[in-house]
Amino acid sequence: MPKIKIPTPLRQYTAGNSEVEVGGATAGETLGNLASEYPDLRQHLYTGDGKLRSFVNVYKGDEDIRYLDGADTEVSEGDELSIIPSIAGGAAKRRCR
Amino acid sequence: MQTRKSLIQSPNGAVELSNEEIARYSRHLIMPEVALDGQKKLKQAKVLTIGAGGLGSPLALYLAAAGVGTVGIVDFDVVDESNLQRQIIHGTSDLGRPKLESARDRIKDINPNVKVETFGEALSSENALEIFEDFDVIVDGTDNFPTRYLVNDASVLTGKPNVYGSIFRFEGQASVFYAEEGPCYRCLYPEPPPPGLVPSCAEGGVLGILPGAIGTIQATEAVKLILGIGEPLIGRLLLYDALSMSFRKMKLRKDPNCPVCGENPSVTELIDYQEFCGIPQQGAQAQADQVPEITVGELKGRIGNGDKISVLDVREPHEYEVANIGARLIPLSELPERLVEIDKDETLAVHCKTGGRSARAVQFLQEAGFQNVYNVKGGIDAWSEEIDPSIPKY
Repeated sequence: MPKIKIPTPLRQYTAGNSEVEVGGATAGETLGNLASEYPDLRQHLYTGDGKLRSFVNVYKGDEDIRYLDGADTEVSEGDELSIIPSIAGGAAKRRCR
Repeated sequence: MQTRKSLIQSPNGAVELSNEEIARYSRHLIMPEVALDGQKKLKQAKVLTIGAGGLGSPLALYLAAAGVGTVGIVDFDVVDESNLQRQIIHGTSDLGRPKLESARDRIKDINPNVKVETFGEALSSENALEIFEDFDVIVDGTDNFPTRYLVNDASVLTGKPNVYGSIFRFEGQASVFYAEEGPCYRCLYPEPPPPGLVPSCAEGGVLGILPGAIGTIQATEAVKLILGIGEPLIGRLLLYDALSMSFRKMKLRKDPNCPVCGENPSVTELIDYQEFCGIPQQGAQAQADQVPEITVGELKGRIGNGDKISVLDVREPHEYEVANIGARLIPLSELPERLVEIDKDETLAVHCKTGGRSARAVQFLQEAGFQNVYNVKGGIDAWSEEIDPSIPKY
């Protein structure tokens, strides 16, 4: 089964796991299965109409799936998918609530 | 020794080093990759850091020590206790001072040869292009999405490299966005997340050392660009995980359809970045304003009068351990499944740290049919400030 690396901001929705193994033959299917296994994660990955959110990038190995075959990118045993969300922190201060 | 075109032309007599500077930069001068010519390039270089916070602190310190001639800093904040865990350019004796003053003093102490240019205002669509124009490299150490997109777009429009760094808890990202040679931030993330969907810094926290690691990487990239040595992080996103102590690099590509740096750009001037990021003009206050509120003074009064009002704390248990006012604790994330524990007819005052999470809790409780729920304005921070100073503020 492919492995999915979960970034820190989303680990609260995967019971704290930083890496999850989920079945799936394509990147899209694997992410869909991940969202089914952890329903709280769904709204953070997908828009209301089921499209992957544009501030969530998915990589297979070190390559953005947008530049492979997108959601149809094939994945197999041992492949590593990474979810890379945008994070803004830097100066971190009180005006952030 | 150069592997790429340096951002700074060889100064050839335009810049000289004094004997004091030659002694100071000895460990650079004996390396062929820097040498006298490189050190003069550093002296000639002007680097702008956006923010004198977590990332800006190590960045400005190292750039100054390395001999970057002009360090510009944009910041309009003052030094607060909660900064000192990571913002190492400021010290305890600087509490309450403008960060710009404190940073300038520290830089001048490390290297009096450095010219410090300070901009004590928020970076905005009105001033960004003018400020950027005068610098060779822009280093982004900001803490919010609107400013990140502003820094990106202004860097693209002025043709400057943007050395990017970002941190969250134990994880950091770094890259060099330089549209002349590779992708920009918008190629990577065309749109920001809607407000509220990504945990905020106050809720998330950050390991104090993490900005040290990422800010130092940013300083390294800035110096490499100035000298024209090595391979900069152009077209690569570095991911650092402090817990597993791993560095990974992802490939980034220039998006031909990028609205700023693509083939047919639609963004040709700076826009309203608050609006672009979906933040209403009143900011985070707007959400809180939609729910009924109670001030800490009113709450204290009602408890004192013996009114039937219970207080609910929706922070996390580890925060409760740091400071609490003896209220019942149900973390926001557990509220849906623990709703049965609360009597719908109760009058409830809900608090968190500053009022953001409790506003969401009040909204949720109202949707669940609760009639008398109030958001405690300003949270336990306000309670500590106005009612009981023995409660620590964290």
